[in-house]
Amino acid sequence: MISLSNISFHYPQSNFRLQLDELSFHSGTKTAVVGPSGFGKTTLLHLISGIYIPQNGEVEVHGKKVHLMSDAERRTFRLTNMGFVFQDFKLLEYLNVMDNILLPYRINKVLKLEKALKNHVFEIASMLSIEDKLARNPGNLSQGERQRVAICRALLTNPSIILADEPTGNLDPENKQNIMRILFDYVSKKDATLVAVTHDHELLDGFDHVVDFKEIYTSA
Amino acid sequence: MRQSLYLAFTYLKFHKVRSLVLIFSIGLILYLPAGLKKLISESEALMLHRAETTPLIIGAKGSSTDLAINTLYFHQESTDPIPKKMLGDVNATGLGYGIPLVSMFKARNFPIVGTDSEYFHFRQLSLAAGRWMGYIGECVIGSEVASDLKISVGDSLVSSPENYFDLAGIYPLKMNVVGVMASSDSPDDKAVFVDVKTNWVIMGLGHGHEDVAQIIDPTIITKRDTNEVQAGAKLRMQNAISVDNLDSFHFHGNMEDYPLNALIFVPKDQKSETIFRGRFASGDLPNQVIVPKEVIDGLLQRIFKIKQLLNAVFLLVGVATFSILSLIFALSIRLRKDEIYTMFTIGSGRWKVAEIILLEMVLLFVGSMVFVGLLYGMTGIFVEKFINTFII
Repeated sequence: MISLSNISFHYPQSNFRLQLDELSFHSGTKTAVVGPSGFGKTTLLHLISGIYIPQNGEVEVHGKKVHLMSDAERRTFRLTNMGFVFQDFKLLEYLNVMDNILLPYRINKVLKLEKALKNHVFEIASMLSIEDKLARNPGNLSQGERQRVAICRALLTNPSIILADEPTGNLDPENKQNIMRILFDYVSKKDATLVAVTHDHELLDGFDHVVDFKEIYTSA
Repeated sequence: MRQSLYLAFTYLKFHKVRSLVLIFSIGLILYLPAGLKKLISESEALMLHRAETTPLIIGAKGSSTDLAINTLYFHQESTDPIPKKMLGDVNATGLGYGIPLVSMFKARNFPIVGTDSEYFHFRQLSLAAGRWMGYIGECVIGSEVASDLKISVGDSLVSSPENYFDLAGIYPLKMNVVGVMASSDSPDDKAVFVDVKTNWVIMGLGHGHEDVAQIIDPTIITKRDTNEVQAGAKLRMQNAISVDNLDSFHFHGNMEDYPLNALIFVPKDQKSETIFRGRFASGDLPNQVIVPKEVIDGLLQRIFKIKQLLNAVFLLVGVATFSILSLIFALSIRLRKDEIYTMFTIGSGRWKVAEIILLEMVLLFVGSMVFVGLLYGMTGIFVEKFINTFII
């Protein structure tokens, strides 16, 4: 369960301000966040993940108040509970697919990089049909394959929350459907929570809920 | 730390060219002052050793540096000759003995050095193959001459003509290689040693030809009477000396006036050296006598001054290079902001990112130091080249 209440957030030296009274996402649900650009959809994901701390209000995830945690606690919480999927994949070009997927384990001691983990990577990679691409660098993959690598990295830690920022933004229609099917399947199997920012209204049918930021601001 | 090291190494490996250029640049800047210091100190040791083991040099008045360099390194810089009779004069002093040296020609770019057997004893040179030269026209070659030209005992070596188009000039002489010297890590390895008379033959002061008393062809013999026989240009000259034609070789004029470049004088003891130098200073003996160590010392002092100037230049270039490298690093971190953002988002802390970037720098530095080590180790190989190119 994710809940945000009485949120007020603004960036330093910027006129942008995000105001949210109440917003919650239940476990096992898939929520699409839509709305025009510049309305704070990505900021919402950053607030949920604890990358940003609101100036006012509370962010609670699985009963824990994220905004009250220290930097290190928030990092650990994010690593162990959340998986990120980005529109531009955010893969490191100098690492091969295997190392990109294992990156969370290489940058934080909280996650233990054990030998058995590579088998787990192979399982998820097989599920995403990229098991034969593990030795390649991202530059040698198609857009759809890159997004599947990014999803593999996000799912490797078995997160209970997936935060996806326009995950299909750079993909062709066929890949869009594939990627969303993978994410939806994961949510169903693991009873996880999916919060996905999207501009693609064709995909909204697959979600349980849709949060329209335009409406939130209009009603406010 | 291990994971950060892995990520840092993988980043550098992926950007191979960039990493190698940085390693090369940092390494070169670190190496230059240290390498130059080693080069100069090893050159100094090598040059001083050669000079210190040569007590005195006698030569024509003029540049003492040229005289020392010519005698020690067979450089063939233009200096006035001294007559051969000088050898007899210095030996007659009873204060030591002289070793003649004459080096004016080359054979396939290696200097031909005319001397006598005392030289080899004095320098403690030994043979790797064959024997020392016994007759004119024979030569003993240094180890590098043998390896570079791929010649050995039984082969021959021809002196290089000074001017191909000067028909009246000096003709090449074919010399028989009778010995190859063992390596001595000195300029002797790069010389072709002959008897001084062989050198005079190359100069044209001595020659061999058909016996004019036996020739009746009037197109060769232009004049014959009881006192003299004159031959024309058609007379066949020998361009090689062998057992068969050795007797036909002869010298014209007074051999005591024949030229030498220098004499190495080996005094019996310190007292003899002092007396001998005194005689030159008082004008009892003509020409000049030099102490090679003093001359080379003076030469090296000038080199050290240049070294100090170069060190200052390297320091400035180093500061400029490291400023540019710092800028490159700063710009590269800005260019990598997406990558750093990804790491933060996924769960990395600021220190972790700093650790990875710091380790990249450490790896580049370590790589540069390995490069410096390699260059430093190789510096010794270039000492002789450095001496020949920049000092003498």
